[in-house]
Amino acid sequence: MKTEPGPGSAPIVEPVSTPYVRIEGVSKNYGSVLAVNDVSLDIKKGEIFCLLGASGCGKTTLLRMLAGFETPTSGRLWIDGVDVTSLPPYERPVNMMFQSYALFPHLSVESNVAFGLQQDRLPSAEIRERVAAMLQMVELTGYEKRKPHQLSGGQRQRVALARALVKRPKLLLLDEPLGALDRKLRERTQFELVNIQERLGVTFVIVTHDQEEAMTLATRIGVMNAGEILQVGEPTQVYEYPNSRYVADFIGSVNLFEGRLIEDEPGHVRIACEDFENVVYVDHGISAAPDAKVTVALRPEKILLSRQRPADLDNARPGENRVSGVVEEIAYLGEVSRYRIRLSSGRLINVSQPNLYRHADRIAWEERVWMAWDSSAPVVLAQ
Amino acid sequence: MRDQVKAWRLGRRLILGIPYAWLIVFFLVPLLIVFGISFSTPKLSMPPIEPLLSYGADQVMQVRLYASNYTFIIGDSLYLAAFANSVKVALISTLLTLLIGYPMAYGIARTSAQWRNILFLLVILPFFTSFLLRVYAWIGLLSRNGPINAILLKMGVIHAPLALLQTDFAVYLGMVYSYLPFMILPLYSAIEKLDPSLLEAAADLGCRPIKAFFRVTLPLTSEGILAGCLLVFIPAVGEYVIPALLGGPGTLMIGRVLWDEFFNNRDWPLASGVAVLTLMLLVGFVVVLQRVQSEKVVSE
Repeated sequence: MKTEPGPGSAPIVEPVSTPYVRIEGVSKNYGSVLAVNDVSLDIKKGEIFCLLGASGCGKTTLLRMLAGFETPTSGRLWIDGVDVTSLPPYERPVNMMFQSYALFPHLSVESNVAFGLQQDRLPSAEIRERVAAMLQMVELTGYEKRKPHQLSGGQRQRVALARALVKRPKLLLLDEPLGALDRKLRERTQFELVNIQERLGVTFVIVTHDQEEAMTLATRIGVMNAGEILQVGEPTQVYEYPNSRYVADFIGSVNLFEGRLIEDEPGHVRIACEDFENVVYVDHGISAAPDAKVTVALRPEKILLSRQRPADLDNARPGENRVSGVVEEIAYLGEVSRYRIRLSSGRLINVSQPNLYRHADRIAWEERVWMAWDSSAPVVLAQ
Repeated sequence: MRDQVKAWRLGRRLILGIPYAWLIVFFLVPLLIVFGISFSTPKLSMPPIEPLLSYGADQVMQVRLYASNYTFIIGDSLYLAAFANSVKVALISTLLTLLIGYPMAYGIARTSAQWRNILFLLVILPFFTSFLLRVYAWIGLLSRNGPINAILLKMGVIHAPLALLQTDFAVYLGMVYSYLPFMILPLYSAIEKLDPSLLEAAADLGCRPIKAFFRVTLPLTSEGILAGCLLVFIPAVGEYVIPALLGGPGTLMIGRVLWDEFFNNRDWPLASGVAVLTLMLLVGFVVVLQRVQSEKVVSE
């Protein structure tokens, strides 16, 4: 779908620098299976780029092609202006942090980190200095002589990061970097990773299936499905302006309603959905054929809950963007509560509300409530 | 309930007891008998040894232990040469099986699952035929009028048949051929356990494949290498059949010396002494290697 530039479409970001990593029409087949399908992507210098997708979407294959472990069936890869498509991994200015960390079990922490520098035949004094500096950065000073099996998961992760960064690669590839860590450690490490990246200015390409991880780390996200990149954009862009049902559904949670375009003006549209008595009013135009079938995507946090019927919108007709239902389930999560509300059509809607007050007369099970949303909240998707 | 527990304990002891009883009767007792005989002297009788215990006319029970067998073996350069040669042949055979077996094991461990089973079967296939028969088959292959000479003659590589049999070459060939599976199996299990992402990590850090083999693959499969080498080296030192059938009169190995002393010279005590010393030599090797290995594990 081509959207007109307007309040509904994402702000266009001009590329500030020339692409540092260029992926041009890259495909990879395994026999008859198409793992990566004609992907083209530019990554800028100093970026943290996240490839996000469900398992089997081809994101890891794409990463392994950047590392040199897989050769593209077709297409070309450039890093800093050099065509690396046919370079073996040991000649690429790229380092990778493996999902399993792949630390050498027979070598100490120090030797693991020094391994890459030794391959470049650097003087041993320089190697020692750089290893020590890197271990200090990942806060592992004092662990030099330990073997990987004597470390905790978080420490191993940091050794793997130090080992990958110590060669000062032009590009650092991270395969599910935080997947093996528990939740608290993961949150802390996310910020550490961003700090280190900012300090060193290395370009990061991260593969993850965890959208929260992608949102926290990335400057830009590429959402992949079935070997293709569906959307590339900043975290806010892919969240607030998804370009397809898949992206809207994959990033965050969303309520999707099938509907029919009944009024299509440059400044607004009206959509009739079977689930609502009144139409959905959206305050920006879209480009689609009149009477076209569209999907309305509504994020749970953009719906307001109240016991009283809320006042009508100023710019819309009475009753538009308002609907009532019965609370069926409540999940109190502390900072927010999640509600599942049954409409008269039988459809369940997810709504989340921040818990702003400690002492509140909270909405309870089986209550009849009203839901309302702003005319800018719905995203209209044609695919 | 108590009776049940008792019966269960009895059953457990019985199950553990059977193999122990077997080992005691058929391994420990014969070993002690051999050890005892090694302190006796030969005598023209049946069995042809002087009993250790004697009950003299003066009604005194005597235990007579002769150390002469050991002093004789240690003093005679023939036995030392046989020991040295056995160790040399075993070491070279072990090295050759390692050099041939490692690439084979590596190949098997890295092929697809369906091929792996077929290749594995091929490694084990020789065991379907008796060891002795397979060594005899080599006599036929290597003989003056055998197929190897015939092919080489036909191809014009040689003009007169080669004397392949009864040479050191034939002994090494037989050794490597017979012991190769014992090398491949432990190597395979060590290589198969090796995480392929470690080699990817090495390549990613700028290490070329050959160097990565020596810095990553080899150290991480050292346990398999040690196990395979012991499985080949230990039986190779005492090997009798291969040097006897394929080797020449010059192939002096301790297994043959032992056989000659026992069956040709009917000197049971001396043969037992040779057996005990061989055993001690091998136990010494194993103990030293195990100590090296355990020190490595501790340092890791």
